[in-house]
Amino acid sequence: MLKDITLGQYFPGNSVVHRLDPRAKLILTFIYIIALFLASGFLTYAVMLAWLVLAVSLSRIPLRMFLKGLRPLLFIVILTGLLNVFYTDGRVLAQWWIFRITLEGLLMAVRMIMRILMLVTGTFLLTYTTSPLQLTDALERLLGPLKRIRVPVHELAMMMTIALRFIPTLIEEADKIMNAQRARGADFDSGNIIRRARALVPLLVPLFVSAFRRAEDLAVAMESRCYHGGEGRTRMRVLAFRAADAAILAAFLAISAGVGVLGVVGF
Amino acid sequence: MPILQAEHLSYTYGAGTPFERQALDDVSLSLEEGEFLGIIGHTGSGKSTLAQHLNGLLRPTAGRVLFRGRDIWANPRDARKIRFSVGLVFQYPEYQLFEETVARDIAFGPRNMGVPDAEIGERVAQSMALAGLSSDLADKSPFELSGGQRRRAAIAGVIAMAPDVLVLDEPTAGLDPQGRREILDHIRLYHETRGSAVVLVSHNMEDIARYASRIAVLKRARLWMEGAPRDIFSRAGELEEAGLSPPPVTRVMQALRDKGLPVDTSVYAIEPAAQEILRMRG
Repeated sequence: MLKDITLGQYFPGNSVVHRLDPRAKLILTFIYIIALFLASGFLTYAVMLAWLVLAVSLSRIPLRMFLKGLRPLLFIVILTGLLNVFYTDGRVLAQWWIFRITLEGLLMAVRMIMRILMLVTGTFLLTYTTSPLQLTDALERLLGPLKRIRVPVHELAMMMTIALRFIPTLIEEADKIMNAQRARGADFDSGNIIRRARALVPLLVPLFVSAFRRAEDLAVAMESRCYHGGEGRTRMRVLAFRAADAAILAAFLAISAGVGVLGVVGF
Repeated sequence: MPILQAEHLSYTYGAGTPFERQALDDVSLSLEEGEFLGIIGHTGSGKSTLAQHLNGLLRPTAGRVLFRGRDIWANPRDARKIRFSVGLVFQYPEYQLFEETVARDIAFGPRNMGVPDAEIGERVAQSMALAGLSSDLADKSPFELSGGQRRRAAIAGVIAMAPDVLVLDEPTAGLDPQGRREILDHIRLYHETRGSAVVLVSHNMEDIARYASRIAVLKRARLWMEGAPRDIFSRAGELEEAGLSPPPVTRVMQALRDKGLPVDTSVYAIEPAAQEILRMRG
């Protein structure tokens, strides 16, 4: 049950998308999101969708994994769709009691749903194809200039790396503890809200204890390997921004600029 | 009638994902009333998965688990009740302790079963004694105990439910030889006092050899061998093929035989081995 969470999951591979420099991917995703919000008409959405489909198919990650990640969003997507269908004024297509469906409403609903789905799929593509290590590495490099004004960029990136690293570990741990308590007759799935909240105590106490224990172990392990923060630290794998990365980034920038301009005009 | 039976049990993890893996493949096994069964297998052979089927934590992909002849999944809503009849001690069970005192943690299971308060105190005291915890630890926080004590407290928490079958998944993992011996001796004590069936899951053949009266060997998700310890350990070569090392004593006997001494190689405990060697010397 808990194991179905795909947040921050990484699927190792060797596709073009996997090999793209993580900094480029991070910037691409950022621009992609902005462009997605600027897109407004059929043409601009079609361009964005084409990009997304191309990237997803190049990544060679099974479509099923994306669908699985989108499933928890189903409720929000449906709600957004319904709200837009019923609460937009315009040419009336059908009417029943207080409900009214307008052409504009339908179009708006389609647009909003597309936007949510494409937004989430795009960000999934980033985490599916980039290892947490690469991702935080890229973030640290991109935020590097902030070090000048004494922002502890390296430390923040390290914290993020550790947090991401421990998501699956803690999920697995929670699963194990839940089963152990179930074996002693704990019931996590029935009763009212208060009963359910109280039923979580036997799960949360051991989980916290183990998180602290792990944190301590990790701190000792880091210290015994002389970790002392970012100062003067070199890397085993230095990120290399190649010509191909630059070319892809440039192409995407140009297209996004186009989408932005066209979108603002209303295409 | 066997108290617990697995019939053609199969289980697949993550069906339909790239991480799909078959953990059990057509395993049939039965446990008699009051028996001490050992299940051994290499890491990843499906031992833990099998253990979690025995008390209904996992639902078989195919096949059935019968408790006293009744399918435990016949009515999924009753599946929780089976957990009171078949107690399962997980790997590293000390990480499940959460209450303020040892006594209250041990009482967690019986409380969930609806055991009356008056009876709970007695159950806690009895299971602490069976698990080898001195009674002055009852009011301590579980987090003040030593690693071995904590593990015994967790085992006591399952024993306190007075299950008809006690399943222990690697109860000695990560303990030193002395701690291992203490835990297993108390499990045997429990087995003898209560007379309830015990299933000991382990990859350590020596532990299993010393305590179990019957052994099942799992290999790559399948039941590979089954029988009395003597019969199993006489097939030392095959066991080693499955990635399991026979008990040291058996290996010594094997080595002696290889050197030309006609000893009985199915011996797996120290005393009989000593007698066997003395017999050879005449």
